[in-house]
Amino acid sequence: MQGPNVVRHWARTSTLMWIMFVLWLIFSFGIHFFVKELNAIKFGGFPLGFYMAAQGSLIIFVVMLFTFAARQDGIDRDEGMAED
Amino acid sequence: MATPAKAGGGFVANLGRIYALYTGAFFVVVVALAAYEYLAKSSGQNALVVNQNIGYGFVFLTIGVYALIGVLSRTSDSGEYYVAGRVVPAFYNGMATGADWMSAASFIGMAGTLYLLGYDGLAFVLGWTGGYVLVAILIAPFLRKFGAYTVPDFFAARYEGNLPRFLAVVVLLACSFTYVVAQIVGTGLIAQRFLNMDFELAVYVGLGGILVCSMLGGMKAVTWTQVAQYIVLIIAYLVPVVILSGQKYGIPIPQLTYGQALADIATLEAQMIKDGLAPALNMATGAGLKPHTAPFTSYSQLNFFALILCLMVGTASLPHVLMRYFTTPSVREARVSVAWSLLFIFLLYFTAPAYAAFAKLEVYSLIAKKTALADLPQWMFTWGKAGLVTVCGKAAASIEAVTAACAALPNHPGILRFQDLGIQADAIVIATPEIAGLPYVIAGLVAAGGLAAALSTADGLLLAIANALSHDLYYKMVTPLNRVARLLISTVAVVVLLAGLYALFSVGAPVSGIPRWMILTGVIAGVVAIFGYLYAGANEVSRRLLISRVLLLVVAAFAAATAATRPADIVAMVAWAFSLAAAGIFPALVLGVWWKRANYAGCVAGMIIGFSLCLFYLVVTRYFPGYGVAYFGMTSLLNPISGKPIIADLAKAMADPNAMQAFVLQAHPLASKVGWMDVNNISSALFSLPIGFLTIIIVSLMTARPSQAMYDLIDSIRCPRGDTVMQDKDAVVQAH
Repeated sequence: MQGPNVVRHWARTSTLMWIMFVLWLIFSFGIHFFVKELNAIKFGGFPLGFYMAAQGSLIIFVVMLFTFAARQDGIDRDEGMAED
Repeated sequence: MATPAKAGGGFVANLGRIYALYTGAFFVVVVALAAYEYLAKSSGQNALVVNQNIGYGFVFLTIGVYALIGVLSRTSDSGEYYVAGRVVPAFYNGMATGADWMSAASFIGMAGTLYLLGYDGLAFVLGWTGGYVLVAILIAPFLRKFGAYTVPDFFAARYEGNLPRFLAVVVLLACSFTYVVAQIVGTGLIAQRFLNMDFELAVYVGLGGILVCSMLGGMKAVTWTQVAQYIVLIIAYLVPVVILSGQKYGIPIPQLTYGQALADIATLEAQMIKDGLAPALNMATGAGLKPHTAPFTSYSQLNFFALILCLMVGTASLPHVLMRYFTTPSVREARVSVAWSLLFIFLLYFTAPAYAAFAKLEVYSLIAKKTALADLPQWMFTWGKAGLVTVCGKAAASIEAVTAACAALPNHPGILRFQDLGIQADAIVIATPEIAGLPYVIAGLVAAGGLAAALSTADGLLLAIANALSHDLYYKMVTPLNRVARLLISTVAVVVLLAGLYALFSVGAPVSGIPRWMILTGVIAGVVAIFGYLYAGANEVSRRLLISRVLLLVVAAFAAATAATRPADIVAMVAWAFSLAAAGIFPALVLGVWWKRANYAGCVAGMIIGFSLCLFYLVVTRYFPGYGVAYFGMTSLLNPISGKPIIADLAKAMADPNAMQAFVLQAHPLASKVGWMDVNNISSALFSLPIGFLTIIIVSLMTARPSQAMYDLIDSIRCPRGDTVMQDKDAVVQAH
């Protein structure tokens, strides 16, 4: 734990944002471009391409957001920028 | 700043216990009503009367509880009224956001959309969840740190002027008003279907339900009722489909078992085509049975992804959602709260495809079994009477009606075929309890859930609209003017509002023989008298709140009067709200946080150009399609399967005398069937979003950079530590 470092705090915050943004792009759009190929794979009756749009991407979004909240909080604490 | 101790007291500390008790009580009510149904029906009472009693029981008990919460949360503190005192823990704010977000359309219509569109309908599931990622990483924590009361507040402070504030208010009104009207229409439809109430009466009862939750306590009351409404709506959504899954597959987890249903549907699809019960998909015309899991049969690939983008970005721009994150105690909690919101929303959205699959399996099994028209199940007739199910092109009101309609078709085999059956999206969730053969009490539960979804969203939207009018327009823009201008603007506003209200309310028959204008005059006189009395005895802060409440009442009355005219178009326009919000608000909001160089001129230009372009595309393609083709280079949209134009001969269609009609109905041959580059109008932000961003960037770079003070302000928004940028001044005034 060091003193507040505004520049490094924002650099790390931005990096985290970009990582999340790219993941968002992949699971909102990227993976669904391959729906036809993925639909050839089946598990429990689900065609995988359908599953990804109906559940897979959604689960990943939820996990991403809890991870994001924890990571960003870590960055805030590291850089002495956290509340309280 | 309002401190937690002051605003929350024992209530916030005991939230867990209170809502657990509430949930338990709700289950007790469900069980009690189920027992009543069993006893009454087994003693031979009229089933219709019993059902209606159960419907009333659910609706009035739940609305009664919401009203009680609303009254208990009444407040005269502006911090509590606008941002719930900023004491709402992340978990509960997540639930409130879930209820705020999931509307009548999500609850009632989403599963049906998935039934009708198959894979392509998942654009809505993805679009209405993934947007929360953008909310969390780009927007919410920074808005929370900024500490505004409303979204337009941020625009005014960040872009240093009241014009950006005004533009934000305009966008907010454009995307929220049709949305709130659609919620009130939803309340009316639910009450009409389950309680046999007159639609218009139901609309005004719904209005009452909305007002008791929001008027006395503002955001504070809306927050705590939304939590209660979330609990009702998620239980109501899950129970029928969980039971159905248990019945069919022995495992009460529909989200897992519907995979098997999907596999069965695929088998049935092939069998129906083989037996001549359904036309195979014709790749040249795009007509025929569309396989449930096959992509891009209703939307082209481009439109599918464009729709996802517009819905996601729209989600991240809708003011009634963003303002929920103003209510958390800290920036950290705001971030966690977005995650909870998404989890709670996810619970409904990942269940919706299961509803669709089970209903489709049921229907396809019926068809594949070669069911004779006389043997159709009762649920088809129940909802056929309401116009939600059609057979052979006519409402399936009875066996006789169905037989007659099909006999009129040439060579009809007398058994139900795929092409004979029409199901409206709304029917799926509503009919599932009956499809599963569950007691009526479950149908009543679904009605209560749908009502909770509609009311909670309407509450949030109304508050967003009323706060934009009272806080942003009146308090921040009109009050600083001189006395004459203030009087002039207020008078014009009152006259316009009253004239509009009278015009809207006069549509329709007299009520019990009394002319409608008399009723309205009586109500207005009463309201003016009450508020005049309160205003005379109030101090400055409470006068401001009083004006907020009056405006809330006026907006609500407007929305209800519009809803009572049953505007078909308005419901369709809700889908526009996402593109409008995305085009108007998103670029300026995101660049405001992430690019210090963005300035006043860039914001104003970007908002005006982005929003106008989006509105232009929507209005022209829907209402002036002929003009779009003649003057703006629009062409026919393409059939997603064949890739050929929907309007085969556009030149011939344009030669028709009605081609250049304006304000055409949805049935017009060109309406919503033309556009640029095959982009559907609900995805119009695909054009305006990049143009909005570019305009802000280019214009900002061409004009002076913001002041050092502004750079410092942005730095402080980016740093969670420290006080909010904009202090809750009024709360301080109040405390003194």
